[in-house]
Amino acid sequence: MISYLANPSRFMGFSRRAIPIAGVLGILMVGWSLYNGLLVVPPDEKQGGDLMRAMFTHVPSAWLCMGLYAGLAGSSFVWFIWRHELADVAARAIAPIGAGYTALCFVTGAIWGQKGWGSGWHNLILGDSRLMSVLILFFLFLGYMALRAALETRQKAARAAAILAMVGFINIPIIKVSVDMWQTTTIHQPSSVLSIGNSEPRSEDSGMNPVYLQQLLWGFGGHSLLAAAMIMLIMRSEIHDQRANRLLAQKLGGS
Amino acid sequence: MTSSSPILSAFKQALSEAWAGGAGLMLPLGFFAGTTALVPFSVGSEAELLSRIGPGVLWLALALASFVTLERVFQADLEDGALDIWVQEDASISMIAVAKTLAHWLISGFPLVLLAPVFAFILQGSMQDLLTTMLAYGLGGLTFFLWGGVAAALSASVARAGLLIALIALPFYVPALIFGVQTVNDGLEGASFLFLSASALFALGVTPAAMGAALRLAAD
Repeated sequence: MISYLANPSRFMGFSRRAIPIAGVLGILMVGWSLYNGLLVVPPDEKQGGDLMRAMFTHVPSAWLCMGLYAGLAGSSFVWFIWRHELADVAARAIAPIGAGYTALCFVTGAIWGQKGWGSGWHNLILGDSRLMSVLILFFLFLGYMALRAALETRQKAARAAAILAMVGFINIPIIKVSVDMWQTTTIHQPSSVLSIGNSEPRSEDSGMNPVYLQQLLWGFGGHSLLAAAMIMLIMRSEIHDQRANRLLAQKLGGS
Repeated sequence: MTSSSPILSAFKQALSEAWAGGAGLMLPLGFFAGTTALVPFSVGSEAELLSRIGPGVLWLALALASFVTLERVFQADLEDGALDIWVQEDASISMIAVAKTLAHWLISGFPLVLLAPVFAFILQGSMQDLLTTMLAYGLGGLTFFLWGGVAAALSASVARAGLLIALIALPFYVPALIFGVQTVNDGLEGASFLFLSASALFALGVTPAAMGAALRLAAD
């Protein structure tokens, strides 16, 4: 499917139909998870009462921002090795969406932590290793976009940004380890959605309530579709822009 | 041995450039001393507080010093055409970049290692593990400058790149910063010293290729 869509005109044909479908479906799913998450499901007193409703945005955006950085590095790699123009267009489109979801994850985490982690929350936000990792990821996205914006020609910007994205990607594990070592006592709860890899048996109340999990997965699916639709939209406008430039150059040069 | 001559000459040139850039070694020494002198003004002079945050302030000064000097490291080579000649001669751009970065670290980062005892005294730090502290500043500074070199190489063709370099390089400074501060606290026996050394080696392994690729692109 990826190689099928690598052809720009086939991508244009596909995305013209896929964007409205993914966008509408994504909005519906996000809306459904928000409606249920904010109004229907019972609040969990242990997780900060009503504040835990931030979870239905926080957890999907946390998953998504990591996935989007991997996508950014992956398409940079493809562009750097095979010079596939569409891969660069994709990398360029992923960056702002990824930065947005990283910011969303950090902000919702901070709101949730406000009560969930007790008083003096501002210390806890900047003292929590998992949230700080997200913040550093945000700066990686920001640096990528700033570098792209600063370099004058498209080709140069693409090459420099691809190097940066790949170098950043191999550094993420090290940054993660170092931030985890910096605060060994995280207040953040361990991930409770996937209990694979957690060897200790869970007690009755530590597993995630299926009522919550369902909304979480709706939210994740919806945000993924929405992000895909937004990325494709930016890619389309970029391709249109390139085509317009080429036509303009032809017209000016051909006379 | 033919291939080592442009590397060596680039190293020497960078060294003399950095040396002549102002008042030689007095400039970085003055920078670190000035930063240290501002600390009591900004946070107060209680001995307890100073000894707690003093080393952290010096780490920040080290990071800032790297940004200040790295801004021009590769830009000058691009402007005067040295980079084009290196590319034409098929010299090892990666090794030249490393040599230049090391030269700048020697001039602007290494003085902090030498001054660590003085600053530890002024900022009421502990005098016991001076050797550990100096080693941590050395390894951490080297890592800073190498990653900062990547950012500088990537933005070599950008006119005023100072802030851009800082924004790009900051996430890469995090591991060396954390491990460095922990090494200062835990001493050489702790795992953090091993992690600090590992991150310095990792930077030494990865950054030459990245700097080389970035500089070759800037020369195009």
